Amino acid sequence: MPTELYSMSKVSNLEQIIADFGPHLHDAPYDGWRANRVIDKVVPTHCPYCAVQCGMNLLVENNHVVGFEPRYDFPVNEGRLCPKGVTAYLQVHHPDRLLHPLIKRNGSFEPASWDEALDLVVSKFKELQSKHGKDSIGVYSGSSLTTEKTYLMGKFARAGLGTRYVDYNGRLCMVSAASANNKAFGIDRAANPWDDIPLAEVLLIAGANCAETFPVLNKFLWQQRDNGGCWIIVDPRETATARQGDLHLQLKPGTDVALANGMLHVLIEEKLIDESFINTRTNGWEDTKTVVERYSPGVAAEMTGVPAEKIVRAARIYGRAKTSMVLHARGIEHHSHGVNNVLSYINLVLATGSIGKPGRGYGTITGQGNGQGGREHGQKADQLPGQRQISNPEHRKHVCQVWDLPEEELPQAGVSVVEMFQKMRAGEIRGLLSICNNVMVSLPDTNEVRRSLEGLDFYACIDFFMSEGSRYADVVLPGSTWSEDEGVTANSEGRVVKINKAADPPGEAKEDWWIVQEIAHRMGREKYFQFKNPREIFEELRIASRGGNADYYGITWEKIERQNGVFWPCPSEDHPGTPRLFEDRFYHPDGKARFHAIEFEPAQETPDEEFPLILTSGRVVYQYLSGNQTRRIGFLVEQCPEPYVEIHPETALKLKVNDGERVRVVSRRGEGVFPVLVVKTIRKDTIFIPYHWGEQLAVNQLTNPELDPISKIPEFKACAARIEKIHSRQLPIVGEKRKGSSRSEFR
Amino acid sequence: MFIDPQRCIGCRACVAACRECATHKGYSMIYVDYLDRSETTATMPTVCMHCVEPTCALVCPADAIKTTDEGVVLSALKPRCLDCRNCVNACPFGVPKYNTEMHLQMKCDMCFDRSSEGLKPMCASVCPTGAITFGKYQDIVPLRRTKPVNAHVFGNQKVETKVYLMLPTDADAVEVDGCGVFEGRVMPEQHPGTESWIDLQVEQTDKSNEF
Repeated sequence: MPTELYSMSKVSNLEQIIADFGPHLHDAPYDGWRANRVIDKVVPTHCPYCAVQCGMNLLVENNHVVGFEPRYDFPVNEGRLCPKGVTAYLQVHHPDRLLHPLIKRNGSFEPASWDEALDLVVSKFKELQSKHGKDSIGVYSGSSLTTEKTYLMGKFARAGLGTRYVDYNGRLCMVSAASANNKAFGIDRAANPWDDIPLAEVLLIAGANCAETFPVLNKFLWQQRDNGGCWIIVDPRETATARQGDLHLQLKPGTDVALANGMLHVLIEEKLIDESFINTRTNGWEDTKTVVERYSPGVAAEMTGVPAEKIVRAARIYGRAKTSMVLHARGIEHHSHGVNNVLSYINLVLATGSIGKPGRGYGTITGQGNGQGGREHGQKADQLPGQRQISNPEHRKHVCQVWDLPEEELPQAGVSVVEMFQKMRAGEIRGLLSICNNVMVSLPDTNEVRRSLEGLDFYACIDFFMSEGSRYADVVLPGSTWSEDEGVTANSEGRVVKINKAADPPGEAKEDWWIVQEIAHRMGREKYFQFKNPREIFEELRIASRGGNADYYGITWEKIERQNGVFWPCPSEDHPGTPRLFEDRFYHPDGKARFHAIEFEPAQETPDEEFPLILTSGRVVYQYLSGNQTRRIGFLVEQCPEPYVEIHPETALKLKVNDGERVRVVSRRGEGVFPVLVVKTIRKDTIFIPYHWGEQLAVNQLTNPELDPISKIPEFKACAARIEKIHSRQLPIVGEKRKGSSRSEFR
Repeated sequence: MFIDPQRCIGCRACVAACRECATHKGYSMIYVDYLDRSETTATMPTVCMHCVEPTCALVCPADAIKTTDEGVVLSALKPRCLDCRNCVNACPFGVPKYNTEMHLQMKCDMCFDRSSEGLKPMCASVCPTGAITFGKYQDIVPLRRTKPVNAHVFGNQKVETKVYLMLPTDADAVEVDGCGVFEGRVMPEQHPGTESWIDLQVEQTDKSNEF
């Protein structure tokens, strides 16, 4: 099929789709703001967004979610919420909600019955699988789902469809940290509960804009500060977090290995390392020591752009502290050498022996609501429940026994999502089922992603709003929001918490697990999918994860409510859970942690004459991930209506561009037009664009899809770009707003 | 109530949450502004400072603005409010707004329906960092390394407030020099180049005197 032709596109009528399904702005409870509500029930649950998983109470009136009330008794946030959390309930009865199954006919979505839609999905999947083999269908899932659903998605792909191709959107999130943690510690979980943060004298925070991306985590950071603690912040931008840091290392994007090696060099020189810890509890020190010998502060300074004096000061502050923690997030993970970045910071932790004790530790701050739980129970391409490996015969045997599946029917490992999309372009994967993601915003190189979707023979999507990605689907099945189903999530600390159901899905929308199970039934795989409710899925998950690293066997929904969350591993019902890891041993067979000798390698693309700037991407506090939920909420959109490009004043002066002016940002893969925000808070050689938008506003039109060789994470955080001035009459963009005229005399 | 500007991350959770208090009817009465986004990410929340001698109440010809025994300055009483906007123009902090639809002045009442029942106001409940904290002086101040200040000097007017600003330890009072406007100095909008468009955009949404 000549998919290049726009007329043949799967989205031939974009304007109509936007008119029908939004995003439209909505900013009030479904029946308006009322003071005289009679609340039927107050449902304690958690926020649907980031991995802090703040507790919140939803107010329900007449089977409608009409507001929230702070949940002061939940220990992580004690009532606190960010603006996304405050407005989260407004999505539940949003006018854009998908209320009926939709089938695309002649380029337009038409409502259909559940039977019609599900039968079409199943007949297409069967047809493709009989023609092209089981592996011709891909399943792409997400980590904003409950753990029960993520377990179900992995099982559905392997036991329901029999395909090897399943992956999840954590691949675009923290998977570099997951791989590095497995390599260094033999397990993939943050090592300490956040209660440890206030006990640390020094926090080293790398590539984590805590202020905007984990607002409520700042509670712990400021408690630490009130206790007299100090922050070292590593970030190319002076974020609100970096602004308050005692020391800000404003490095060039993608040079973390050089920085961490430079710091380790100083620690060794000044004998600030813990020899006895290194000798008794770690392996691989000598190689690492040899490698970092070359990274003197001067060398590291040249590579990173951070003054040598600051590198030395950071190493001394970190090395001399009695207690310290290292925290990091996407800033160091979204790189083609993301795993190495993480490992080089872990080397600092191991060299100082600062782990496994109160106030001494390490952790990645997972991004998505269930980013932790979503990477534990088998929806990753190479993984089975309980963080088991699909390539390990013992692990395969255990899971097949639990599922009662003949072992030869369990597929082998698949590939990461970016590689899955390459296989779609190659025609190897012909059909796709996706849930809980928005590929047209979140995958790198949007134009290639579009080609992948256009080339599919059949694409079915489960979602509760029409995302930029689901516009390309042939069938869209209306699913549920977080308040319409129950199950567990694991927050960034590894604390398993319980999401409770507040009200039924609206219209004909259904719980996600019901939809997936219904497809499995119609595929003739009823035997493996006999769940009557999410609790039954959880009970099977407990058994499937038993004995694995992520052991949930001892966790029950009741225990979660009783203890305000349970930290895994929790191997038996009388086990209280494990808030702090590595107190006695690490999870490698010999009980030791591993150093990794890491050499600095630059990003895949570095600035040159044609593309002289480093483009990095990230997030704003008002939007969540691909924005499919938050870009519909009036309050949030009003605060940040569109992406912009941050440029340093000196760079702006050279380019002769003004604040507020629209410019064209160009990379080797694509281009986009963004308004300029001239700020002194960014490096002169770096520009920044937030990523939450799709189509022409997507920064991912520009980003580099090069993958980390181990974690397969794309390099979102560094590519080469240039800025072109547009000489058009579109300028300036903000017009009236820039004049700041007062509205006090008229309305 | 305690306001600590250095903790403010500009997330505006307080602005969103203010609307949720049942008596606020979807209107927010708290403002968060960038100081100057081109220079810094610093932001500042503005709530009603609940003055000991509230200027808004002093200038009200109808005596519509009442103060509770605890010192909370309430919104104008609906039957009394004359739509005169004296309070809107007189408040040295620029807090009260005039609601043209309801013909009523509205301002932060410290979520009177919540605080009178022992619950924290919405803004202080949700504030992620503790930039806005609600509690007793003796409970909050010993925990912090900043100094509580509640004296504000606006030219010749000195105002004492129930709300404290948490400032560096050498601060005594907050002095504002008449905003420069009356002494013929340049107002910010006359050279927009110094401010970022985001400031102005936010100002437009947050700072107009009406709902």
